[in-house]
Order: sequence, then structure tokens, then C-alpha cells
Amino acid sequence: MAVDPSPLPRTRVVLADATARRDPADRTRTDLTEQTPVGEALVKGLVRAQLALALRLAAVVVAGLGTLPLLFAVAPAVGRFRVLGVPLPWLLLGFLSFPFLVGVGAAYVHWAERNEQDFTALIRRPDR
Amino acid sequence: MNPYLLPGLVVVVLLTVAIGAYGLRFARTTSDFLVASRSVSPSWNAAAISGEYLSAASFLGVAGLVLRYGVDVLWYPVGFAAGYLALLLFVAAPLRRSGAFTLPDFCQVRLRSVPARRLATLFVLFIGCLYLLPQLQGAGLTFRTLTGGHYAWGALLVAVVVTGNVAFGGMRAITFVQAFQYWLKLTALAVPMIFLILQWQADARPAVTPPAGAVFPAATTVVIEQDAVLDSGRAVHAGETLSFAAGDPVPTVSAVDAGFGDGWLLPGGQKSLFATYSLILATFLGTMGLPHVLVRFYTNPDGSSARRTTLVVLALVGLFYLLPTLYGVLGRIYTPQLLMTGNTDAVVLLLPEAALGHGHLGRLLGALVTAGALAAFLSTSSGLLTSVAGVIFTDLLRSGRNGSVRDFRLATLLAAVVPTGLALFVSDMDVSQVVGLAFAVAASSFCPLLVLGIWWRGLTDTGAIAGLITGGGAAVAAVLLTVLGPPLDGWAAEVIGQPAAWTVPLAFAVMIGGSLLTGRRRPDDINATMLRLHAPESLRT
Repeated sequence: MAVDPSPLPRTRVVLADATARRDPADRTRTDLTEQTPVGEALVKGLVRAQLALALRLAAVVVAGLGTLPLLFAVAPAVGRFRVLGVPLPWLLLGFLSFPFLVGVGAAYVHWAERNEQDFTALIRRPDR
Repeated sequence: MNPYLLPGLVVVVLLTVAIGAYGLRFARTTSDFLVASRSVSPSWNAAAISGEYLSAASFLGVAGLVLRYGVDVLWYPVGFAAGYLALLLFVAAPLRRSGAFTLPDFCQVRLRSVPARRLATLFVLFIGCLYLLPQLQGAGLTFRTLTGGHYAWGALLVAVVVTGNVAFGGMRAITFVQAFQYWLKLTALAVPMIFLILQWQADARPAVTPPAGAVFPAATTVVIEQDAVLDSGRAVHAGETLSFAAGDPVPTVSAVDAGFGDGWLLPGGQKSLFATYSLILATFLGTMGLPHVLVRFYTNPDGSSARRTTLVVLALVGLFYLLPTLYGVLGRIYTPQLLMTGNTDAVVLLLPEAALGHGHLGRLLGALVTAGALAAFLSTSSGLLTSVAGVIFTDLLRSGRNGSVRDFRLATLLAAVVPTGLALFVSDMDVSQVVGLAFAVAASSFCPLLVLGIWWRGLTDTGAIAGLITGGGAAVAAVLLTVLGPPLDGWAAEVIGQPAAWTVPLAFAVMIGGSLLTGRRRPDDINATMLRLHAPESLRT
């Protein structure tokens, strides 16, 4: 391991300065915090995108799980169906519903973070 | 009595206190006590949330319900897990970003209204007590089942350990304790289940619902607990002892409500469609309104970690819920006498010895399961007590002076006294039913408040208060009627006993209607609030 022969001159780092050093011409950020119409529209867009995503995935769960009691009531034959000796309702509710819920949750986390990244990129866009 | 039982329970209590004391070394400020200074990693936090969430109702109650009613009650574990998905989709990240520590705090942040805050405080206290009471009762009943001792000692033991731990360690210590208890509970159900399944294989896989009806797997003595009539027409009286040989058919007892044959095996046999959907609505939407669940979100450093934490919780809770169903099913084969006494909540505790015999293996596994049950009582009661104490501390004690750690300890003591006192005097309430009612109240009060408050800028304080009073109030009235009132039957029993299907839509409708009528009262800073709730932390200056 080589020893650095000429160390750089030491500088004092003041962490509080890091925030002050941000670009003063950051207009979009100002739009956001100062409640201009542009900022309001941006936030509304983000809220709408996140809500639409949440509602869509909730609809997937309602369709996948919520309709089961009705299905079993309307078509009792489905409830009598057996897979590997286990009645289908036991298999669906006792086992498969849990990985299904986790899968929907993972999809939500992925897309919700992407929405936020898009929003951050929009705000930080330098050419505004 | 099982000789391994006492050492197992002592080890759990000692470990709980020791881990609490270890956490205490780091807990010095009020912030440590309340929110662990927000320095808990998502995986620790997720294990802690799961440990806190899996209560006596999950550990003992779900298996007991499955043993009794079969496939229709599988909606309980599915709903208990799915509640975290609803929480993830609609609440987790914005709630964390709001900076609210409790639900009353959220009212303050979003609605800028002190009356709404006071009302939310009342609901937190009611739900907290309603949920704490069955935990202590479950502890008492387990103690009585296993040791033959007095019910009150079990309830008091858990109450004292929990109060001490919360008062002296606060949230920081509790996080480690809860995380440990999640893994203990999972192990306590998973390890015995491996041996139980091997035993079932070795017994040539006896059928769960034999066509000729269930038979006793071994010679059994049953003590009848209520006056009833057997299916043979013979009348039996409380305290009467019946003896059966191995292979005798299991009689049904008229005083015990349970499903048999296809009614147990197939959907729709035990619950009506209305009751099923009401249960689904209560559990899916109630989780987000439980005070001890929300407090945990404040310990995440930011919104995205709150989301990731919730996802891990969903996976951990789902993993756990695979097991109680299997206990209920195997209980059908190995402990059919519980269907005669009606003491079905004990199936998890009794199954290892019933299936594996009274040798060392059966007794060791029986002690392990009991230790897990104790962990369930301890962790859920700790979480509930922390959150109720947090609300008493911030809303009742701190007004006018700065809160100190001593005040938090006083709040903990206050929060523990009422449910402990109630648990000592009321011992005949059904554990799973009371927990289900707590979910219904949470789903009809805090769920609309959170969902509308986070996603709809039109929610006003007047609308929120009107919705809380009508929807939440209706659910509270239904709970009080069910718990204290006369037994109901017919449609009234369904509508009152499973109220969520009408109280949740009512709460949403009144909140929306009331807010539309009072649109002028919308807070001035609603845009700033929405920005704070939804914008990623990286944009904050």
C-alpha cells in the first residue's frame, strides 16, 4: 500500500453549508414550497398517480380474493374441487392467498418508488 | 403437569426483561422512549411490528376457530394479513411523512383541529382497551388450562411484566423485545408442526373428516363444561365425566357450536355471505386503524423505508399464518374432545402432547408452544400499552408542561390499570370475537379518517368529526351491545355481531358528505400538507 507522498492541504468542512450551496435558481423547488399554481399542479399530479396505482392494485386484490365468497356461493362445485387431495378453498385461502398478497405489495412498492423518482426528476430538471 | 412448562415460561419472561434492560442502556431521552429516536432498521422494525401484531387471537384463536368452524374462518388469517396490504397501499409512506406519532397527532397535522384530536384520542383509548382486555384474559385462561391455577394470576403476571417493561424501557427496548418475540412465536409453531406432520404420516395419514364421523385417536376422558344433550339423545350435566376408548365415535354436544362433515370442509357451511364480507371488510381495513400498529411507523427514518418495512411485515405475517390453520386441521384428528368441551382456543397448547404422546418429545414441544403463547400475550400487550400510554402522555399529561420520562412512566401505569382491572372481573368474554370487534371499530373510525385525510384535500374537520361520531359511534354501540347486552339471534345477531359491512360505508359517506357541506372549513395550508404527505424526503430542503 503506497503512502500518499503529498497530502492535500486540509480544509474545514461545515456540513450546514451543504444546504446553502444548492442552486439558488431552483425555480421548481420554489414553486413547490411557495404554493404557486405550478407547484400545486405538480403535487396534484403526484397524488393522483399514487392514488391511481393504489386503487388499481386494490382492485386486483378485490378481484382475486374478494370475489371468492361469492364464487363459492354461486358455484358450490368449485368449492368441492380438489387439488392433490386438498379442497380448493382450503388451498386458496390457507396457502396461496399469502404469497398473492406479498406479490401485490412488492409490485406496489416498485411502482410507487418509480412514481416518486419521476416526480423528483421532474423537479430537479436543470433546464427549467 | 408438564415438567418443562415452568422453565420455558420463566425463560421467556427473563429473556423479555433482559432484552428490555439491554435496550434500556440506549434509552436516555424522551425521544428514545417514544420513537426509539427513529434509528431502527426496516428489518428489525418489521420483525417488531409483526411480533407486536401476532396476538393471542392469532396464536391461539385462529387455530381454535379453524378447529371449530373450518374453511369459512380462514378469512380471519387472510384478513389479518391483507390489512397490511391496505396499510401499505393507502397509508404507510404518507403517514410517516406527515410526522404524526399517534392518530390524534395526524388529526392535528391534517385537520388543524383540536376537537378532532380529542375525539381521536377517545377512540384510541377505547380501541386500545378493547384490544388489551382479551390479551390479558387469554393469558389468564391459558394459565388456568395448563396449570390448574387461578385465572387472575395469569392475567396479573402478564400485566405486571408488560407494565414494568414498557415503563422502564419505552419504545427503544420494546423494539428489540418485539422482534425477538416474533421469531419465538414463529419457531414455537413451526418446529412442533414438523413433528406433528411426521407423526400424521407415521399414523398412515388419518382422514380429517372421515365419512363415518370422527373417532377418538386414543382413550380419552372428557369433562363436560355446560349442561347439554349428546347426539345419542343422552342429557349430560356440567362437571360430568365421560370416558371413551380409542376408536369410539366422537359425540356432538348441543351446547357447543361447531361444524361437522361438509359443513366444516366446504365454504358457506358456517357463515352467511353477509357475515363473511363484513369480516373481510373489518380485517382488511381495520389494521390501519389499530393504534399500536401506527405508532411503529414513526420509528422508520423516511417514507420509502416505511413502505419497505410494511412489505416485510406482510411477508412475515403471511408466513406465520400458514401454521395456525394446520393446527386447527390436525386438531380435528388428535384433539376431538375440545369440540365436546368448547375449549377450542386451547388446541395449539394441547395438540403436541395429544399427537406425540406424553414422552419427552411431546412435553418439550408442548412447553415450546406455551412459551410462544406467552410471547404473544407479552408482545401485543406491550405494543398496545406503549401506544395508549403515548396518547395519554402527549394528550392528557403533557398539556401545559414539557413531557419527561417520568411522565411517560406515569402514563404507562394509568394505561395499564383500567384493562387489568377489567380483565380480573370479566373472564367469560370470547377472545377472538372481541378482537374482531376491535377491528370493526378501527375500520369504521380511523380507516376513513386516514384514507380520506391522506388522499382527498376536501376533508374538513367538521366532516371528519361527524364521520367519526356516526360510523365509529355505531360500531362502538354494536360492540357494547354484543359484549354487555342480551344474546341476539337471527338477522339482528349478524348485523350487530359483524357490524363492519354497514358501519364502514356509513363512516365514509358521512365524512365525505359532511366535508362537502363545510367546504369553507378546509385548512388554509392544505397544499403544503399534501406536499408534505406525498413528496419524497429527498426534495425537502
